[in-house]
Amino acid sequence: MSGAVATLSGRAPSRETRFESRVATRDSTWVKTVVLTVSLSFFALFIVLPLVAVFVEGLRKGFGPYFAALVEPDAVSAIKLTLLAAAISVPLNLIFGLAAAWAIARFDFRGKQFLITLIDLPFSVSPVVAGLIYVLVFGAHGWFGSWLSDHNIRIIFAVPGIVLATIFVTVPFVARELIPLMQSQGRDEEEAAVTLGASGLKTFWRITLPNVKWALLYGVILCNARAMGEFGAVSVVSGHIRGETNTMPLHVEILYNEYQFAAAFAVASVLALLALVTLALKTYVEWQTERNAAPETE
Amino acid sequence: MPRAHRVLPGFGLSLGFTLAYLSLIVLIPLSAVFIKSAGMEPARFWQVVTSERVVASYELSFGMSLLAAAINMVFGLLLAWTIVRYSFPGRKLIDALVDLPFALPTAVAGIALTAIYAPNGWIGQFLAPLGIKVAFGPAGVLVALVFIGLPFVVRTVQPILEDFESEFEEAAASLGASRFQTVRRVVLPALIPALLTGFALAFARAVGEYGSVIFIAGNIPMVSEITPLMIITRLEEFDYEGATAIASVMLLVSFVLLLIINSLQGWMSQRGRRIS
Repeated sequence: MSGAVATLSGRAPSRETRFESRVATRDSTWVKTVVLTVSLSFFALFIVLPLVAVFVEGLRKGFGPYFAALVEPDAVSAIKLTLLAAAISVPLNLIFGLAAAWAIARFDFRGKQFLITLIDLPFSVSPVVAGLIYVLVFGAHGWFGSWLSDHNIRIIFAVPGIVLATIFVTVPFVARELIPLMQSQGRDEEEAAVTLGASGLKTFWRITLPNVKWALLYGVILCNARAMGEFGAVSVVSGHIRGETNTMPLHVEILYNEYQFAAAFAVASVLALLALVTLALKTYVEWQTERNAAPETE
Repeated sequence: MPRAHRVLPGFGLSLGFTLAYLSLIVLIPLSAVFIKSAGMEPARFWQVVTSERVVASYELSFGMSLLAAAINMVFGLLLAWTIVRYSFPGRKLIDALVDLPFALPTAVAGIALTAIYAPNGWIGQFLAPLGIKVAFGPAGVLVALVFIGLPFVVRTVQPILEDFESEFEEAAASLGASRFQTVRRVVLPALIPALLTGFALAFARAVGEYGSVIFIAGNIPMVSEITPLMIITRLEEFDYEGATAIASVMLLVSFVLLLIINSLQGWMSQRGRRIS
């Protein structure tokens, strides 16, 4: 806050009043009114209303049918499959993120920038294409299709395909949080530890991990939210077999297409709740990182 | 850095694992699209990717994605301005909820928006008598794409606006510029790289989006079918070649967008360094 003017109490103004307390950066009242009205109406229309709609439509027939929709066998198996896909893809992408960040932020090599772009690639690929590529590799007419069917292994229209598609769409989450942070922290601390005789593993465990724990958690939270909510990629490889290859988002689609709207919104509301928990955790982690960074900047 | 100077261990292991994982999960499967497309008869490939229905889907997908990204650029800027510059009750809650489209599963967003804009829906019932049809048509596609693209512009503009030193605005004001002139000549130019980056990110996401769109689009051939849906349609007809051909066009577009976004982000960080 180098540009901040000290107030009477000698303290810098807080972030919220920083711009409004000063004439040069203050908008006139009518500008403020117009901007606030327009932006908050837009926010209410596009963010608040859909969120409210999910819960209201889910509870339209009352609490009894609401909970019945959540405990019927197909819903339970969809919840289980969603948890399974997340339980496999999140740890794998966590390990990948740590390895990628260690290689990229701690060493110099040619093509580093290109590698960072490649890691971000799954974000730019349409989820439908993400599903399709596994059909091309493991499907009945795919590269390994006949070999897999000879050995009686099913990947497409089965659980492994769903897990693979989920891993694909969540590859970048942890890595992209860790890489910039570890790059900005530099390698001095780790190099000092290793020079003083600590083993590589001990250095990683005692120095690297504590330094990046909040960014790591942040990446894991976002990775998990996407893993549990993915629809397009999973839809292509699932085959929509009830009770077997349906994740929660796919179950929502089936119920909705069968005109069981209240049940569809009931299951959807659980996913919406998950999104709200994700946002709450994310905000908490952001506050923690801000607080940890504060003593250095002031 | 020459090998002898490397103090830290694990370079070979971590880079090797990174490359192997990325190859197995992302690169080799993606290459399947191009290898399969290359094996097609060029005439057949061309016929698939330029068929009438597919071209109509490009027009819808790209047109609506551009429009949605433009709408998000305007309202995203206003929302970022609101969050950074004004203090009002609930500001922190709004700041946290802006990311809802990232966190909410797309299928949930899709059915929620449909419930709101269907002809008998929350808002749709008031629009229907006016002859305005949102859900089950191109306008529905637009609504869904605006929803999922919103956080991109807010989150790229917001940090730039927060770090923007008020000295610049003070200098402009003390030199006699009106508030409007200051915002237009001093603040907005500094935000342009971030605005364009947010626009490109929202556009790239919108082009590939599937889950939130298919419920509200109505999926009428030649009218409201998006390109990702055309891939699904081909797959359901067991026309793997056709699906792959369309996918290769989409992938090519994704790669070009990725390059554009990368250079925009480079421009943004350069600008940021020069200003601060």
